[in-house]
Amino acid sequence: MRKLRIIVAKAGLDGHDRGAKVVSRALRDAGFEVIYTGLRQSPEQIVSTAIDEGADFIGISILSGAHMIVAEKIIRILKKRNAADIPVFMGGIIPDSDIPDLKRIGIKAVFGPGTPTSKTINYLKNYHENDNS
Amino acid sequence: MKTKQNWEKESVEPVLKKVGERRDRFSTTSNIEVERLYTPSPISEDYLENLGFPGTFPFTRGIYPTGYRSRFWTMRQYAGFGDAESSNKRYRYLLSQGQTGLSIAFDLPTQIGYDSDDSHSEGEVGKVGVAIDSLNDMEILFDSIDLEKVSTSMTINSTAAILLAMYIALAKKRGNNLSKISGTIQNDILKEYIARGTYIYPPSPSMRIIRDLFSFCSENVPKWNTISVSGYHIREAGSTAAQEVAFTLADGISYVETAIKSGLDVDKFAPRISFFFGAHNDLFEEAAKFRAARRLWARITKTRFAPKNPRSTMLRFHTQTCGSTLTAQQPVNNIIRVTIQALSAVLGGTQSLHTNSFDEALALPTEDSARTALRTQQIIAYESKIADTLDPLAGSYYVESLTNQMEKEASDYIDKIDNMGGMVKAIENGFPQREIQNASYEYQKKIESFDEIIVGVNKFKIDEKKPTGLLKIDESLAKKQIKKLNNLRKIRDNRKIEHDIKMIKEAAKDETKNLIPPIIEAVSDYMTIGEISNTLRDIFGEYQEQVII
Repeated sequence: MRKLRIIVAKAGLDGHDRGAKVVSRALRDAGFEVIYTGLRQSPEQIVSTAIDEGADFIGISILSGAHMIVAEKIIRILKKRNAADIPVFMGGIIPDSDIPDLKRIGIKAVFGPGTPTSKTINYLKNYHENDNS
Repeated sequence: MKTKQNWEKESVEPVLKKVGERRDRFSTTSNIEVERLYTPSPISEDYLENLGFPGTFPFTRGIYPTGYRSRFWTMRQYAGFGDAESSNKRYRYLLSQGQTGLSIAFDLPTQIGYDSDDSHSEGEVGKVGVAIDSLNDMEILFDSIDLEKVSTSMTINSTAAILLAMYIALAKKRGNNLSKISGTIQNDILKEYIARGTYIYPPSPSMRIIRDLFSFCSENVPKWNTISVSGYHIREAGSTAAQEVAFTLADGISYVETAIKSGLDVDKFAPRISFFFGAHNDLFEEAAKFRAARRLWARITKTRFAPKNPRSTMLRFHTQTCGSTLTAQQPVNNIIRVTIQALSAVLGGTQSLHTNSFDEALALPTEDSARTALRTQQIIAYESKIADTLDPLAGSYYVESLTNQMEKEASDYIDKIDNMGGMVKAIENGFPQREIQNASYEYQKKIESFDEIIVGVNKFKIDEKKPTGLLKIDESLAKKQIKKLNNLRKIRDNRKIEHDIKMIKEAAKDETKNLIPPIIEAVSDYMTIGEISNTLRDIFGEYQEQVII
């Protein structure tokens, strides 16, 4: 069976990459193929990387508060490039009150501070069973 | 300094004459007299070599002979959000509540050299700090604040030269004496590559800008601290305490070498360096870390740079409680964490302190939570009485042993970095980045295996209501900021800007020139941060991160 491939990206100008790197390592240790993009990726760059690499998931880490705008743009560009089937999830400092809006525009899940990496791993492994939207 | 009597006569007495102490007599709540300093008796050679007296080499017990008995640490809360008006309001509030120094948080576009209307800035304007585009914003930010009376710390690195230029331009405009304005720019670019991420240019031109700032300030703004060598972000990225000390001091060594190479006398420059560390939950380890850092820096500077002035070997530092230890779960518990961390900083002898607000795992602090954070420091200062005797943990078998081990571990790392050819080389090889990443992943694994317990996160969990009353940045703010910027570009004299661009380019291309004077000219003409940074990007290029997972 092919390994599940995931793009982990830092969007916006935010430099807090501890979470993104820890999640990347944990996913890799759990058998995923992880492509970590590094800092300051634009929505266009993230989507292009995901399409070029044939990613199964896109994970966005953001702690600066720019999550709504970044999410909207990524979803819009994915649709434009006929890649809306790649599920996008997010992690970082994202207020609970923004989560319904993020889900409405198409973000599949948001993992806030304190989330064990095992939870994220299980979610992704079971994604196609528990979410076919 | 061989005896306590000697120390009292030569070190303490002059301070008592000059500034005195907070009280004539210090006593416990039960009226037991509290002495200034407790020491072993008799005093051994080993004690003198490794601990010494406060205010004397190797400064393990503090850099001032009377410590907090003369003056508490500076309570300096890092703040800034939205636009200049709202931040100015928060600063004036904090000052009215007894805060004693300002600490400015800038938004990411300001930190990375983009104007608010740049496409890179979309969604980021005013989010993690205040948005500053031009001198116009700076004028509003410091409205009704006397620049000669307040000391201002700015968390700014790759655009430090521009922000300091604005501060200087503002002071000049107001007729302030430049030798009377004081403060700090973080200006520590090396840790940006290691841990924090707000770099613009590659290391070599970045170090050149820092060199220019060092030499400009030493002549023109003598009371300004031109660098705050920062371990905080290294720790926050997941390093151990010993790595925090090691990488920070290794960065410090690079900066002193840079200053010396630029022709500055070590005794003119070294006393102006300050440091910045994080404070974590492990109370004794943290207190030991601060003591070890002070001793190690004293020894390093003495052997490597042979200064004549003992002040050149003193490690002065600011501390901030570690944001990454705060939990989004049961956030009020964070007040207790912050208290423990703040205690470690005070027990470790910090010169200034920021205590985090309990809601910071969720959002930027509200006015109420920011006040509680400040009150935490005030309670430690005025009620706990831990500041009434110097270095109260000294002589504890445990703390002294931790201090020794911390110094040893950090010193071994520095040897390794020396062998790589110094910190810039080590960073280019990804060495500190890799060490930090490994430490942070190990720590996360410990949490997930319940080897480390975090109350409310992996134990003692409850069902919680969603938090309310968080600070939210008004999304219309960016539009307002952009409008202000567009207007500025219309009303300023753009012919002057053309000339400023030319002057900056010329200085950038010529290593022998100093970049700071043309930048001050440019900001005085209301050239913006983005315009100046883009001009320099044209010449210096941009840094590309080495991504290692």
